[in-house]
Amino acid sequence: MIPQSPVLVVVIPLIFAFLNLLFGWFRRGLCYPITLVAISLSFLASLHTLHIVITTGTIHYYLGGWKPPWGIEYVVDYLNAFVLVIVSFVSLMVAIYSKRSVEQELPEKIVFFYCLFLLQVTGFLGIVITGDLFNLYVFLEIASLAGYALIAVGEDGAPFASFNYVIFGTIGACFYLLGVGYLYIVTGSLNIADLSQILPNLYHSKVVLVAFAFFLVGVSIKMALFPLHVWLPDAYTYAPSTVSALLAPLMTKVGAYVMIRVMFTVFAPYFSIELIPVTTILGWMAAAAILFGAILALAQIDLKRMLAYILVSEVGYITLGVGLANRNGLTGAILHILNDAFMMLALFLVVGAIMYRYGKREISQLRYLHRKMPFTMAVFVIAALSVIGIPPTCGFFSKWYLILGAIDANKWIFVAVLLVSSLLNVILFFRCIENAYLEPMAEHSSVGSELAITREESPLSMLIPILIVGAGIMSLGVLSGKIISTIIQFALPAGF
Amino acid sequence: METIVSIRPLLAVLVTLIGSLFIIFTGERNRNLREFWTILASIIKFSIVLSMVPFILDGKTLEFTIISLAPGVSLQFRVDQFGMFFGILASALWIATSVYSIGYVRGLNEHAQTRYFFNFALCLSATMGIAFAGNLLTLFIFYEILTVATYPLVVHKETEDAIMGGRKYLAYTLIAGVVILFAIIFIYTLTGSLDFKPGGFLSGHGSPAALIFLFSILILGFGVKAALMPMHEWLPTAMVAPTPVSALLHAVAVVKAGVFGCLRIILYVFGPALLHELDLWIILAYFAAFTVIVSGMYALAQDNLKRRLAFSTINNLSIIVMGAALLTPSAITGSIFHIGSHGFMKITLFFVAGAIYVKTHKENISELDGLGRQMPLTFGAFAVCAMGVAGTPPVCGFISKWYLALGALEAKEVVFLFVLLISAMMDIAYFFPIIYNAFFKIPEEAINPHFDEAPMRMVVPLMITAIISLILGIFPNAFFNFFNIASMAAGKILGGM
Amino acid sequence: MIGKRNLVKKIIGMNLFQTAIILFFVSIAAKKGGTLPIIEHGHGHGAHAIEATAYINPLPHVLMLTAIVVMVSTLGVALAIVIAIYRRHNTLEEDEILRQQK
Repeated sequence: MIPQSPVLVVVIPLIFAFLNLLFGWFRRGLCYPITLVAISLSFLASLHTLHIVITTGTIHYYLGGWKPPWGIEYVVDYLNAFVLVIVSFVSLMVAIYSKRSVEQELPEKIVFFYCLFLLQVTGFLGIVITGDLFNLYVFLEIASLAGYALIAVGEDGAPFASFNYVIFGTIGACFYLLGVGYLYIVTGSLNIADLSQILPNLYHSKVVLVAFAFFLVGVSIKMALFPLHVWLPDAYTYAPSTVSALLAPLMTKVGAYVMIRVMFTVFAPYFSIELIPVTTILGWMAAAAILFGAILALAQIDLKRMLAYILVSEVGYITLGVGLANRNGLTGAILHILNDAFMMLALFLVVGAIMYRYGKREISQLRYLHRKMPFTMAVFVIAALSVIGIPPTCGFFSKWYLILGAIDANKWIFVAVLLVSSLLNVILFFRCIENAYLEPMAEHSSVGSELAITREESPLSMLIPILIVGAGIMSLGVLSGKIISTIIQFALPAGF
Repeated sequence: METIVSIRPLLAVLVTLIGSLFIIFTGERNRNLREFWTILASIIKFSIVLSMVPFILDGKTLEFTIISLAPGVSLQFRVDQFGMFFGILASALWIATSVYSIGYVRGLNEHAQTRYFFNFALCLSATMGIAFAGNLLTLFIFYEILTVATYPLVVHKETEDAIMGGRKYLAYTLIAGVVILFAIIFIYTLTGSLDFKPGGFLSGHGSPAALIFLFSILILGFGVKAALMPMHEWLPTAMVAPTPVSALLHAVAVVKAGVFGCLRIILYVFGPALLHELDLWIILAYFAAFTVIVSGMYALAQDNLKRRLAFSTINNLSIIVMGAALLTPSAITGSIFHIGSHGFMKITLFFVAGAIYVKTHKENISELDGLGRQMPLTFGAFAVCAMGVAGTPPVCGFISKWYLALGALEAKEVVFLFVLLISAMMDIAYFFPIIYNAFFKIPEEAINPHFDEAPMRMVVPLMITAIISLILGIFPNAFFNFFNIASMAAGKILGGM
Repeated sequence: MIGKRNLVKKIIGMNLFQTAIILFFVSIAAKKGGTLPIIEHGHGHGAHAIEATAYINPLPHVLMLTAIVVMVSTLGVALAIVIAIYRRHNTLEEDEILRQQK
């Protein structure tokens, strides 16, 4: 019996998206539960898939029973399954969280929102699970289109920000498509596994080189790798809270996953590292992204915008791991996909909660929040510590591997970049923490009085995901060793 | 060297962690219950620590691995003699400080008390983790946790000064953390392992240039917390913290953790053999000696009592490092013992400063005239411990200084003997006037000449620590063979077992 | 897409870009002397055995059907967003919008 879970992971959200539309017509209130059910099922399916991969090895699932290279194949190996679980888990957390936020920000559009939400998730899951390049394009566009729409319903400058994203994103997707096209011309195949067999004979061909270039540029745009990140800050700042919380942790990570696939599975590592020193270039761009993101984040007054720039910086970390192209570097990169998804999720969830309660997001307005929302802010602190890289949060461990990788590759300047960025992050976050936790003496009388500030914690549907993610950040850190030895070790593309 | 697997180190760390959760959930609703948790946790912790002593005295080590973090490195506790020593010190002093804190915080009706006790408990867990860490990475993890947990305590008062002080503290310690991290990873790439071994594990790995570089940045990194000059600047500024915080953290936990880290580097990572080979020991000794002299001079110039005590702390910490750098049996023994004896003495002195503040709201030495008549117990304790810091028998400070002096002679570097003597003279110079003024000078304002002490909850602990300092001076092996543990540690290190 | 300031012109540019790619793919499929990939006389009896090399490659055409759908949806979404922008800012010139946002 072929396990059906790989396909269920993607199909369930897809079908439920339309069910949502259908039922939502009659009863708005049904959308939320339907969405929750859909994503929970998807999450369970992805866990099941991971389990199968760990116990029996790579899954090959042929859609419709058509064998490759004619049919579309879903290939799930360690890397896929890992990212799949991350994506579905994050989506689940955001889905639970979304209820109040969406009700407050987009009351008239709930039905469409949830429908698009599910489509978005479908898109991400599909990108990760497919073993066919064109199928990837299709899911990429599903995800992107859903994203454009979801972002555009935000406030103020959202439509314009989304428009820019549309233009940029389409360019990126088209480049990707061109890449696929060129490869098809010379190989006649669209299947990833197949291509990895055929391509080695063709590495000298100019067409292949051009295809590779198109792929990378396209993916870099989607991933927001410096300097192609310009669409990200505006898009994620103005988008509704839930949308930012969903997209920020996921879009960029999925993009990174595609990059790793293209560079190391479709094209052999030898090609990406030695034949064309792409990894060297990527390394430098990544270093620039790390620093640039952190420095620009310092200049922001708006908390959400600051987080968006930190996201750019985080993409840099993952790319740096890829660019180092050694075992430790890639381990760090893949581990960071997990860690960063959690950290960014936590941060954006917290900001969303603050927005929900108080409608403001400037850093200077965070006063007294530790009294009003103690648990929420506690998770913020944990996530901040993780971004800075203080043990035992998970962020420390991915940085550990990245630094190890940089030393292995003898790139001491990257080591310096990694360490300096930690310090920059310290400044960034302690600004917020100081504002939120410490009350200036002038505002309350001398020692002894406690301001009567009432507790107005985030609503339960938001608080629970926030707490779960916060706990996750702490435990994932300690469990890093286990995660690496059970999953990541095998997820490294062959040849490392 | 026998190794036993035991969960006790982990329990010791966890006790206060769980305690902190109880504290924060009890909160302001029931202050007495909350304080009860603090005291209970501290007593349990001390008992667990003590229960491990018999094993240590037998020459065994207790080990417990939690989880593997990377190939060759795990989150691991290993209790050896040196770790045990620090563990006993920290847990014992915490009991005293907890009682004292309660008195202080209630005496001043401080704000945010729950946050205070919560962070206090966390700091102790972190300190235990540092004491019992079996390898550099575990040490580093708890070291950073300590930094994060102490920050809220430093900025507790939330004044402009406090916030500035906190920022400085963070800047210094986190930059140091980054430097240390770099060094740790470098060592990992050189040797593939980070476990502490008495006598060091780095010889034979890496070029001399790399090793010298590593040693320098590690000492600089740990030296920040240990307040070695020129990285000491944060310590006097951190005196804006409430006095129990200064007492425990800056006399015992944070700075001793820094010194502990330094000694781990010198004795358990690099080791005497390697350091002799590279001639690094004498450079470090001079470096520390410089701090000893200069800090003494700074201390003389201070009028604020806590600041003077802060510089005295810096002075003593460098003496510890200097002693360890001399690498002879007596010097190492004296250095390790001084971690303990100075801890007891200095904490008493800080307790006194706090008691004075709570009772009279006075912070400066020039204001203390005649107070000895009013608060004889407090100032009596001050006198005893101040004498001890200067190295006068029969207080325990004499024992450590004696061994340190012996060590300098063993190392055939008489210079350091003179350094110790000069520092002792400076100690007398800056402590004696305080005692004299308190008891013999007639004050300008009228004060109550009758017995009018600070709250009992503050006076009792400081009396106890002062008495302990006395007892340790006369019977160094009182209390569970305190001294023996130190000398065993030294023996193991030099025996290279 | 980059050079023009008017949003609609950007959309036109995007559309051109995508159409070009579609044509590119379709052109791959063409073959000298090839014929339409349809089996004559339907299925069942009367169907000839096919000679694969005589037909032009149908796969890119199929892929491009999908791509055309994508293109059209993207166009739709982009236009919808432009309408929203117009409602908010009353202009479709990029400079104007940026000025309004400051």
